[in-house]
Amino acid sequence: MNESPTYGSVYGLMAEFDSAQELLAAAHKTHQEGYRKMDAYSPFPIEGLADAIGFHKNRVSFVVLIGGLIGLMSAYALQYWVAVITFPTNVGGRPYHSWPSFIIVTFELTILFGGISSAVGMIALNGLPMPYHPVFNVPAFTQASENKFFLVVEASDPQYDPAGTRAFLSGLAPRMIAEVPS
Amino acid sequence: MATNTQTPVEVPVADRRVPVIAPGHTYSTITEKISNIVLTRPISLGWILGFLIVFGMLNMLMGVLGYLFVKGTGIWGINIPVGWGFAIINFVWWIGIGHAGTLISAILALLRQTWRNSINRFAEAMTLFAVACAGIFPLAHTGRPWLAYWLFPYPNTMNYWPNFRSPLVWDVFAVSTYFTISLVFWFVGLIPDFATMRDRAENLWAQRIYGLLAMGWRGSARHWHRYETAYLLLAGLATPLVLSVHTVVSFDFAVGIVPGWHTTIFPPYFVAGAIYSGFAMVLCLAIPIRSIYKLEDFITIRHIENSAKVMLATGLIVAYGYGIEAFMGWYSGNRYDSFLMWNRLHGPYKFWYAALLACNIFIPQILWLKKFRTSTGWLWLISFTVLLGMWLERFIIIVVSLSRDFLNSSWGMYYPTKWDWFTFAGTIGLFLTGMWLFCRVLPMISIFELRTLLPEAQVHETAEVKQ
Repeated sequence: MNESPTYGSVYGLMAEFDSAQELLAAAHKTHQEGYRKMDAYSPFPIEGLADAIGFHKNRVSFVVLIGGLIGLMSAYALQYWVAVITFPTNVGGRPYHSWPSFIIVTFELTILFGGISSAVGMIALNGLPMPYHPVFNVPAFTQASENKFFLVVEASDPQYDPAGTRAFLSGLAPRMIAEVPS
Repeated sequence: MATNTQTPVEVPVADRRVPVIAPGHTYSTITEKISNIVLTRPISLGWILGFLIVFGMLNMLMGVLGYLFVKGTGIWGINIPVGWGFAIINFVWWIGIGHAGTLISAILALLRQTWRNSINRFAEAMTLFAVACAGIFPLAHTGRPWLAYWLFPYPNTMNYWPNFRSPLVWDVFAVSTYFTISLVFWFVGLIPDFATMRDRAENLWAQRIYGLLAMGWRGSARHWHRYETAYLLLAGLATPLVLSVHTVVSFDFAVGIVPGWHTTIFPPYFVAGAIYSGFAMVLCLAIPIRSIYKLEDFITIRHIENSAKVMLATGLIVAYGYGIEAFMGWYSGNRYDSFLMWNRLHGPYKFWYAALLACNIFIPQILWLKKFRTSTGWLWLISFTVLLGMWLERFIIIVVSLSRDFLNSSWGMYYPTKWDWFTFAGTIGLFLTGMWLFCRVLPMISIFELRTLLPEAQVHETAEVKQ
């Protein structure tokens, strides 16, 4: 690792592939080779690709669970507080704590909080909004949202070595390899 | 690939049905075809003329609502005993139309129906605009819409709180949740397509706006992984939500004691009716859109026919609901309930009840014939009939029940005024203006989801890396 000057100015090496299948195979091989700081980019979700780069479990569902529970509890607590404690109203002789009537708002707010946390959680965990990212510096990368598939090995990977990694990536038969300026 | 020996049933064997995407397409052709409608297609004279008409109707809505706010709801035909009138008829009708969008995007996603992918985007847009139209009516009907925020629980100097035992308060929560979740679902579905639009746009402002909306989406595998989880969870949450919304709307009626309203069949029957009218609206929009924008490759006859089948099935549930209403009118032995049925058949609104039965029950039965399910012209007419029929259903439920309640002395008649009609037409203008603009500024079919339907998008794990 004697290329310390490149670190900081180079984000990594990008290899471009033509098909989802090729990208998946390349991602598997790169991960097997020992690279960990890597990412794969595709114009649509590819089954198994996240697994291939070593990303197995995300925390979106946990965020949604917490969001949903907050919605559920706060909705019921609010209704209980309003109807029993702060503003008790006699409606047709029903008990103040007429819980069957409270189910609907509780249900709706569970869905509301759960749904919003799923979107916000996904966006936040993805680190978005992120207007600038080094991969956008490669002109061909605009195709990543259309029909091309990219694999990036990041320079921060301990195993990264400009020449060696480039040679390894060429072995995966990509369409092209480009250095990603950071 | 070395794994061809064990290819399971991944490739559909001689599927004789029409494909959900016409053969010969690639990632690029799909992307180009859909994004170019927005990015490069010139604005046609027809679009401008149509837009002037629908935008004119929207402006009429603004004018009519302005007049309403000045004069009060007295300009409408509502009276005592018929206090609900057009406002609630149109509210229920519009909300119902919205349901098909969520059904397509959420329930069909959970059921892994690949045909949903071509129609979910604009069906969700339809949902948003329909719910927006729906929301106007109860707000206007409060009489003092500038105080509508009183419906929400918030600490205030009056020290006053909403009554959570009231279905009208449930409605506020159900409808506002429904709109919010539909919007979130729609936006999440659009993020990857915003990125595509950003990367393909030539115009600087288009790049900036789509870039802003895409939030820097770059298609990372980690992002897709979270994205798919989030989308699935949203679908899972939206599924009970869509079933609950019209259920709650039906509680507005079912919790009341008015004859014809106070029945347990209302929730399922309302939900079925909502999906029925919603699919009718999907077809009424999809049929012209696919032909104007030449999207027959993506919205194939399979989509059209499947929507027609859903319409037929939900229509039969609605018919069953009518049957049960009539049966209970007789079987309950309740004189008010039996009078209601008699009144529907022979009372002052009998013509409209007959029209309702014709539009909702009898005419759609021709959908049993494949010829009509696959002929777009016929299907458009039938869908339009169903939309009329579902509107009449709400008219009958509200007006017939309210105009003849328990005491003869409180009977009355309901006649909508021109303001009622202008407001209704105005919301159609709002809805169509939304759709008109949507077709030109957003990809109206989910591009990335269509890519996943292509055969080359199907991957299989390679043998040598499986350990």
